[in-house]
Amino acid sequence: MSDRWSAGVIPYAEMGYWQPDYEPRDTDLLCAFRVTPQDGVPPEEAGAAVAGESSTATWTVVWTDRLTTYEHYQAKCYRVEPVPNTPGQWIAYIAYDLDLFEEGSIANLTSSIIGNVFGFKPLKALRLEDMRIPPHYVKTFPGPPHGIVTEREYLNKFGRPLLGATTKPKLGLSARNYGRVVYEALRGGLDFTKDDENINSQPFMRWRDRFLSCMEAVNKAQAETGEVKGHYLNVTAATMEDIYERAEFARELGSVIVMVDLTVGYTAIQSLSRWARRSGVILHLHRAGHGTYTRQKNHGVSFRVIAKWMRLAGVDHIHAGTVVGKLEGDPNAVAGFYDVLRAGRSTADPVKGLYFDQDWVSMPGTMPVASGGIHAGQMHQLLHHLGEDVVLQFGGGTIGHPMGIAAGAEANRVAVEAMIKARNEGADYLAQGPEILRAAAKRNRPLETALSTWGDITFDYASTDTPDVVTTPTPA
Amino acid sequence: MRVTQGTFSFLPDLTDDEITAQIRWALDHGWPCAVEFTDDPHPRNTYWAMWGMPMFDLTDPAGVLAEVNACRSAHPEHYVRVNAYDASLGRQTVALSFLVARPSVEPGFRLDRAEGADRRIGYTVHPYATERPAGSRYGATGNGRAPR
Repeated sequence: MSDRWSAGVIPYAEMGYWQPDYEPRDTDLLCAFRVTPQDGVPPEEAGAAVAGESSTATWTVVWTDRLTTYEHYQAKCYRVEPVPNTPGQWIAYIAYDLDLFEEGSIANLTSSIIGNVFGFKPLKALRLEDMRIPPHYVKTFPGPPHGIVTEREYLNKFGRPLLGATTKPKLGLSARNYGRVVYEALRGGLDFTKDDENINSQPFMRWRDRFLSCMEAVNKAQAETGEVKGHYLNVTAATMEDIYERAEFARELGSVIVMVDLTVGYTAIQSLSRWARRSGVILHLHRAGHGTYTRQKNHGVSFRVIAKWMRLAGVDHIHAGTVVGKLEGDPNAVAGFYDVLRAGRSTADPVKGLYFDQDWVSMPGTMPVASGGIHAGQMHQLLHHLGEDVVLQFGGGTIGHPMGIAAGAEANRVAVEAMIKARNEGADYLAQGPEILRAAAKRNRPLETALSTWGDITFDYASTDTPDVVTTPTPA
Repeated sequence: MRVTQGTFSFLPDLTDDEITAQIRWALDHGWPCAVEFTDDPHPRNTYWAMWGMPMFDLTDPAGVLAEVNACRSAHPEHYVRVNAYDASLGRQTVALSFLVARPSVEPGFRLDRAEGADRRIGYTVHPYATERPAGSRYGATGNGRAPR
């Protein structure tokens, strides 16, 4: 063996970052990386390089390592496996000691794990597939400000998916017209309406005017239905001071919920999460921008990891895929995302793309939101794939209804209630879904019209981001 | 108007058979049922009067339905709901909640606006029914007493 401390460049594997005999400890943070090494770089060396570059290493030997208990701080690549049916790619398993991370800081965690290494030249590509966060570290995060259970108790809504819609057109409406859409959708039967990610405070509608109009709409709809209603007021802004100002105004107006975009960054999300816990306001997160780094299988960060980070950072809602809608989402991968967000603990399941067991040690769940190209005619599929603890958001499927927005909302509500009722009565609702909807539509013209308008529409394209272990077809 | 609280308020009122099927679903999941009633349908009126204790040990849907019917005949002009409760770790909350009776006439709610500075409005949802004392809010037979 070459001298570990000779000046110059030696392989990472020989510097202690490749330890095939290492037994991960219960307190270790574990990562599964998909590694595509440059030609001629052995997979063990590539895995060791990732471990090194995401922990203590630099490109050359430094004598100052010897001033530390460096073995303790070195990440250890302990296993490398070829990706099935994908030559040139390996999954590298790496263990990190908890001492590497600041308590309760997503920014620190991500600066460590994905800070430098993704641009590392000896790799063609690198993807963080999954992360096992040990309970000891989970407990340093506050988690969702309220969580699924508390949200349902706030809203007094149980036993069915919640329903929402994003106001459309997303850009250009004045505050007065915008509030009209909110009012019609909520009085018609939706639980929530939503600002879109890019509705912030533009010349055609400033944030304060929007907030006032939307709260008029929300309160009117509450009085007409006897139900609690909400509109996700987007508080995304250029500075944290602006974000707080908008959030505080939403709270003063009595909004049950605010939203923010992923583009504001992890630290801003954690700050707003604390504000939301303190203020009793539900926090919705729109995952704006995530597709730039989550979608391609060979490079970036899987959404299942983003979902874990956001549950830790503390959001009550996060968009997590529809399976049957217009946006990326393989059914098995999406099932994995939903497990990561909702379950108290989940077990490793290669079919769902889950590489590790994960125990959330009683951290409340984050409500997944399904949005983008879904409609009432898919209700049986949505319930089957996504379950009950989910917000189903029908934007076009509400606002585009030929009889008007309130009728569109009513169609969605009748469809979800009819499907839940049939499921609870023991029907094979997935197989009989279309019949169940048609039967409900006989007594409800808005639903009948929705089914005849959108009945057969589905976005059936092959998914880009699929788990590798088994064949995972995108459903019809 | 029609108060649309509960899981099935957009569907036609459930028949006894349909109520029984929902109760069976709950009991099959190990969720005990409870019957509650109120004459204040404010959306944030959380604590409806309990028609006895939650029926923790009752596993026969017919027994729950008997309590539903007893509550409905004692309070014919009230809202009555069935709550199914999931006590499992991580839930420990209501799993299903649906109306099984409502007053024959529902006058609904008034929206009060308190106009403040800088265009702010403070909103209050006011159930018309609560203008009368509890127990005599709906119909002629609410809780067995005549309206005042």
